[in-house]
Amino acid sequence: MSHIEKVTEGLKSELGEQVLSVDVFRDQTTVVLARESIEEACRYLNSEHDFDLLAALMAVDYWPEEPRFAVIYQLYSLKHKLFIGLRVPVHSTTPEIATVETIFPNANWHEREVYDMFGINFSGHSDLRRILMPYDWEGHPLRKDYPLAHEEIQFSFNFDEIDRRKPYAKE
Amino acid sequence: MRQMDIRLDELKHLVSDRAIEGETVLLNMGPQHPSTHGVLRLLLELDGERVVNCVPDVGFLHTGIEKNMETKTYEKALVMADRMDYLNNLGNNLCYCLAVEKLVDLDVPERAQVIRVLLTELQRIASHLVFLGTHALDTGAMSVFLYCFREREIILDIFEMCSGGRMMTAFFRPGGLWRDIPEGFEDAVRDFVDIFPRRIDQYEALLTKNPIYLDRTKGIGGISSEDALRWGLTGPNLRAAGVKFDLRKANPYSGYERYDFEIPVGSAGDVYDRYQVRVAELRQSLRIVEQALNNIPGGPVRSGNRKFVPPPRSELGTSMEALIHHFKLWTEGFPAPKGSVFVAVESPRGELGCYLEGDGGPKPYRIHFRTPSFATVQAIPVMAQGYLVADLVAIISSLDAVLGDVDR
Amino acid sequence: MGVESKLGNFGVVTTTLEQVVNWSRTRAMWPMLFGLACCAIEMMAAQASDYDMSRFGMELMRASPRQSDLMIVAGRVSRKMAPVLRRLYDQMPDPKWVLAMGDCCSCGGVFNNYAIVPGVDEIVPVDVYVAGCPPRPEGLIHGVLTLYEKVTGEKIDHWS
Repeated sequence: MSHIEKVTEGLKSELGEQVLSVDVFRDQTTVVLARESIEEACRYLNSEHDFDLLAALMAVDYWPEEPRFAVIYQLYSLKHKLFIGLRVPVHSTTPEIATVETIFPNANWHEREVYDMFGINFSGHSDLRRILMPYDWEGHPLRKDYPLAHEEIQFSFNFDEIDRRKPYAKE
Repeated sequence: MRQMDIRLDELKHLVSDRAIEGETVLLNMGPQHPSTHGVLRLLLELDGERVVNCVPDVGFLHTGIEKNMETKTYEKALVMADRMDYLNNLGNNLCYCLAVEKLVDLDVPERAQVIRVLLTELQRIASHLVFLGTHALDTGAMSVFLYCFREREIILDIFEMCSGGRMMTAFFRPGGLWRDIPEGFEDAVRDFVDIFPRRIDQYEALLTKNPIYLDRTKGIGGISSEDALRWGLTGPNLRAAGVKFDLRKANPYSGYERYDFEIPVGSAGDVYDRYQVRVAELRQSLRIVEQALNNIPGGPVRSGNRKFVPPPRSELGTSMEALIHHFKLWTEGFPAPKGSVFVAVESPRGELGCYLEGDGGPKPYRIHFRTPSFATVQAIPVMAQGYLVADLVAIISSLDAVLGDVDR
Repeated sequence: MGVESKLGNFGVVTTTLEQVVNWSRTRAMWPMLFGLACCAIEMMAAQASDYDMSRFGMELMRASPRQSDLMIVAGRVSRKMAPVLRRLYDQMPDPKWVLAMGDCCSCGGVFNNYAIVPGVDEIVPVDVYVAGCPPRPEGLIHGVLTLYEKVTGEKIDHWS
């Protein structure tokens, strides 16, 4: 039994029903967890299995499917040289999940980014503000129902027409 | 203008009570400031000259790269990765290509692997040279900057020789390289390998034992190894704190396990250690370049799998099948299976991770980059508290954060 | 060869005010040290050893907008940065010029999305556009020389 299997077995015995499934794709293990257990799972992996680096934290939007969002955590263990992925489905009715800031302080900004880009709230977060977009921005750009909002491209046939509409700056 | 005028009550939880009472001064540093290396904004709470609190504000270079990549096919999204961390273009290419190759399960020929390693290490040297130049500039030494850029031009000339571009090369493609290395490439790299060790000695002669430099950097901005890990620092900044962690050794990719090199580590994690670790890395990278250069195998530089890699131009005129593959690839791209991968490589700044999710179509469903500078900038308050504003300048430059890497 | 060859025996040069003022403006144009993204690295390279922009009287990059004449917008301008950029421009003393360096700030470049301003000319008036992603240092120098040509041709009734 490889080490990563031991870890997933440990997670299953620790969290029981909360572990929804364990996926292996291209030699990478992702554990799908229920929303309530994320904090506990991170604490368990951090203290028992030396996953000491929160390598990444992001979200995916599956609009219009439900559960709409998935928050994904990538943890790394320096001792065992191992990545493990945690995936937590989040419904769009209550887009909220517990923060893991107390275990990994660097989750602070990652969670702010997910909040900024997807509008997922992190309960218990110490400083949940927008981070990348302007403070007064409306909407959450990385959601799939948010348009890319690109402008029309100027070609020779419509150059003048677009040029007339373009809001050039004044002195 | 709303974004420049955040009210104090919005930031009450980030500054001390003394700031609310007006005992300490709140000062805005950036986004346009010569020593913030781009568009980083720091809100400083100062007690006299001393930093009490520091609140970084990022996003002034937010480019929407992740969203933009989702609208392009896998092959075309590559150019976006180039522009993310603009001192490590080939490293970003490599990370993205490895992710795509892992997602669609594509092999890369041996020759391409070796050339990738060679060029990525050259890019690492170029990136560290920019660090060294700007860091020296910020600590008051002008000439190092000029020397560093002199050598950087040699490396950029080598990139230009390969790809036609100095910075945005887009030379690595899923499945190999864009094309083979040109004639004269090996000589150019060998010339560089010959002269560069002496040039490193020159930089060191200017800084390493310079008393002014030592005064400004020794014991400044230290961070313990536990704190560094907790705040997610990786790369040279983590190694300077004494943690021997390098993804090239820990989880080798592109055949890094075959190269003989060491991981330089520091002890105190202060500005001086970060400088020393990076200078030592210059020498180690040069060793890898030399080994790769002596062992470039023959063979193709692109995978022969025509479902993912376009056929060579020469075949288009003679082979109907090649023409069809070419047409399919450039009009609709190749489909990737449903699933997600996370690939991490060691960029000059630390762990650069790429999360890639496919949905069976020709475009990435979700792509996310875990960038090292993001964690680095987040940790600035931990390192800056209690130091002078002038030290803060040295600390920021020693962290080597690239704002394009933070904001994406 | 210098100004003394034109002096003749009188120690006097006759010229127009326009020419003198425009000449002096081009000979010490101080750019603002204002890097945004990738192009800023090429701007640094243009300042450094190989390309050495100081040959054109531009070695003095000023970090403060109040001391600079030329704003080189080097890199992509995001929606969050745009008001800051305009404020910096407003702080520059007249006469002032803007050089848009690179595709991103000329027209949005490859980034045609929600976060990037499609062309910095929507925020500040631009005098010279330099194409390239990023432009080579030679390209930037050419852009600056083009700006010099423009400034040399300015008429007295355009000064305000």
